[in-house]
Amino acid sequence: MDKEIVIKVCTGTGGVASGGEKVLSAFQNAISATDIEATFHERCTAKKVGCRGFCSKDVLVDILINGEKTTYKHVKADMVPRIFDEHIVKGNPVAEWTVEDDYYAFHEKQQKVVLSHCGEIDPEDIDAYIAVGGYDAARKAILSMSPTEIVDAIKESNLRGRGGAGFPTGLKWELCWRIKSDTKYVVCNGNESDPGAFMDTSLMEGDPHSIIEGMIICGKATESHHGYIYTKAEYSLSVKRLQKAILQCYQKGFLGRRIFGTDFDFNLKVFQGAGAFVCGEATALMRSIEGKRGMPRAKMWRSAEKGLYDKPTVINNVETFANIPKILMKGARWYRNLGTEMSGGTKVFSLSGKVMNTGLIEVPMGTTLREIIFNIGGGIEGGKAFKGVQIGGPSGGCIPAGLLNTKIDYETLAQAGSIMGSGGMVVLDETDCMVNTTKFFLEITQSESCGKCTPCRIGTKRMLEILDRITRGKGRDGDIELLEELGRYIRAASLCGLGMTAPNPVLSTLRYFRHEYEAHIREKRCPAAVCRDLITYTISKKICKGCGACKKVCPADAIRGTRKTPHKIDQSLCVKCGTCFDACKFKSIMKV
Amino acid sequence: MVTLKIDGQKVTVRKLSTILDAARKLDIPIPTLCHHPALSPFGGCRLCLVEIKGSPKPVTSCTTFARDGMEVKTTSPQLENMRKMTLELLLSDHPTDCMVCERAGDCKLQELAYFYGIKENRFIGERRTYDKKDGNPFIERDMEKCILCGQCVRICDEIQGVGAIDFAYRGLKTKICPPFDKDLNCEFCGQCVAVCPTGALTGKMWKQKGRQNFTKIDTICPYCGCGCNITLHVRRNEVMRVSSKPETINEGWLCPKGRFGYQFISSPDRLTKPLIRIAPKEYSASYTRNIPPHPPLAKGGLRGGSDIFREVSWDEALDYIAGRLKDIREKSGPDAIGGLASARCTNEENYLFQKFMRAVIGTNNVDHCARY
Repeated sequence: MDKEIVIKVCTGTGGVASGGEKVLSAFQNAISATDIEATFHERCTAKKVGCRGFCSKDVLVDILINGEKTTYKHVKADMVPRIFDEHIVKGNPVAEWTVEDDYYAFHEKQQKVVLSHCGEIDPEDIDAYIAVGGYDAARKAILSMSPTEIVDAIKESNLRGRGGAGFPTGLKWELCWRIKSDTKYVVCNGNESDPGAFMDTSLMEGDPHSIIEGMIICGKATESHHGYIYTKAEYSLSVKRLQKAILQCYQKGFLGRRIFGTDFDFNLKVFQGAGAFVCGEATALMRSIEGKRGMPRAKMWRSAEKGLYDKPTVINNVETFANIPKILMKGARWYRNLGTEMSGGTKVFSLSGKVMNTGLIEVPMGTTLREIIFNIGGGIEGGKAFKGVQIGGPSGGCIPAGLLNTKIDYETLAQAGSIMGSGGMVVLDETDCMVNTTKFFLEITQSESCGKCTPCRIGTKRMLEILDRITRGKGRDGDIELLEELGRYIRAASLCGLGMTAPNPVLSTLRYFRHEYEAHIREKRCPAAVCRDLITYTISKKICKGCGACKKVCPADAIRGTRKTPHKIDQSLCVKCGTCFDACKFKSIMKV
Repeated sequence: MVTLKIDGQKVTVRKLSTILDAARKLDIPIPTLCHHPALSPFGGCRLCLVEIKGSPKPVTSCTTFARDGMEVKTTSPQLENMRKMTLELLLSDHPTDCMVCERAGDCKLQELAYFYGIKENRFIGERRTYDKKDGNPFIERDMEKCILCGQCVRICDEIQGVGAIDFAYRGLKTKICPPFDKDLNCEFCGQCVAVCPTGALTGKMWKQKGRQNFTKIDTICPYCGCGCNITLHVRRNEVMRVSSKPETINEGWLCPKGRFGYQFISSPDRLTKPLIRIAPKEYSASYTRNIPPHPPLAKGGLRGGSDIFREVSWDEALDYIAGRLKDIREKSGPDAIGGLASARCTNEENYLFQKFMRAVIGTNNVDHCARY
């Protein structure tokens, strides 16, 4: 009985929400209450780890006995005593609670580079990070590399900005390094706001030190001494863990004055934004740090020339910075070969919507959408047909089933009418109405527009109004053409990325799903039976048993009928909420 | 210096000039709504889009530096379509009450809509509606007419250094307002009124006082030694409004007094001729004690009536002053006399006045509200 036992409990946002903290303390209590032998407490530890991606199975717990890993899913605090007793004390895993094949299938096609520490190490413990080679890259960069050597390595790695636009990172650093200035800034953009996107927060919570290390290296490469990590105050766990990590770095001497005994200084701060979507735009973000309203500025200067406080600034995404230490340690060539010719490395996506396995995934550039959705994602929920996938959040476009073999890359996605964006993937199935989904995304961009430029402020509103009338059966001939004209105009005339990409959902769905728009406008019919004003619920006389279940739940008292005789819906009263449709056990209610 | 070609014409401008600057130098018209030459570039209205050879997308000429060898096109069917679209969108969120708008005839939006012949609008939809609530006597804000060009925000921040207003809210509901959307309570310099291209910001004092047929008279502001150039908008010998031209020494900027404080010109309280007291002092003292502070003027324009003051010519008044000063000086010495000047006088006048007090009268008893 002298086995090394490690219990890893997921305490990412998903893990905490499912009770991860309670599970962790239950394990810790169980360990301290055990008195089987004197050295037990020394060789058995329970620790918190960051998100490992498969959030729908949270709380996930790994138990490693001499390196042999067993993973439990959906763990609750009251399940802990049994797991502890049977598995840890007696050595027999509780088979009914362990993860199944889909958990391994989810991980099989992935390649974790950026996320390699998430779910493996304690994010609040700098020693855990150092134990897996942390800060070696920063040490190497500061002690033995010149700025040009670092920049050349990043350039060779073919790393491109993970915020979505894909600007070559090495080139950005070089531009900033070439400019002489007494003050320069390194800014990390952690203002992730796309609905369904959670890769940045998972990294900030699960592996904050890798971001800090990437920023220190960037500071060395661009000869700047000040850094900001901009994130949203709503990401409270990210803020807490980043601040803790920064404090630990100052204590260890990785931040502050004379890092690693050299004359290189680097200071880092977390800046908490107020949660505006547009503050993810680089110039708006910098204005926000300056204490002004987060509003994009016309790009008369590159950020590398005049950025934060009009000083040369490198601004990169969380994921970009987290890649840097791995590139320096494992080699630029290794990283480059992971991806495609145009972009090196891997990319993290958050997979959500109608797939079986939702969660955070990391795949090499060039992986096909089919592999992501059907192999990693496990296919569509409930065996329904795949319809499309919205990539890049509300600024992205929808890619149809016909393009499932698209290899993911900045260029190929742009050709297909979408963008890489932050990497949110929302999978849609046959029961999703494309017009309605598009309306949803446009609602976000319109309500988050900063209002500075006309196309974005008024143009997206007018687009939204046109979409709204189409979904309400009031679409007119010429609306499709008007949407296209407006969309092309907004894309060309807007000031910042928010406006330029806002019409993408409309333009891409008009390209691939035009027939759905036409059905709404000409036939006043919603093919997916989603748009409320275009559907009617009817009860089939043949099937209805007259059980009255629908009548009971109808909030508008629109269902008439006596028991054991077929019921009827009074269409003038029906509010089309669909409650009866869900309540009928015999599937006698039809939605047309 | 950089040399570029705009619509086929060569032009050389200073480094860091924008394409718009260069086009203005050639007198090539590019429509703008948010641009102001004295304020930082904004790039909000998107009307000044131009095409640059080799660039995949049109760029806003107000925020793009002119570069050597650049070939710029300021007009093309595509560009004009986009400008028309921008105007259509702006007008779809703008009241159509030009008939009664204070700025009709002097409105940039109206002018552009006229030039582009926008009669119909394909984008009629939701419009912003706001309550008018400002209680101040100077600035009328009709935010429904605001096109969010941001000139008022920039002038308040960059020229006045006040920052009383900024953008608030998001999306279509974006609005320019004081903090927490409260009533406007600033120093009321009215600079924002001066730069507003539409009827969103107007002066309450010249509301419904007319939009056309003014005689414009250039003069100097009488308020302080700065000597700002002002233009009086006069009709029937009454000043209806004050403005200032941008090419003046004060670059067209004015303060609240210069812009809004012109009522004194036609005030019945104003003295227009020298007066000499004829009633004994005791009489006038007892008189002023028993009357309200501002009695209506009696016939002949004399406060308290012609039994206290007598209207005289300047010559007589000056002779009288000189005589009395001489008498007092001889009788009680120069230090029995004190002189008070005014900050409204010019530096030169104030200099002369202290010189007069010190060298002619022989006393240091001289002061004014801004101190010597």
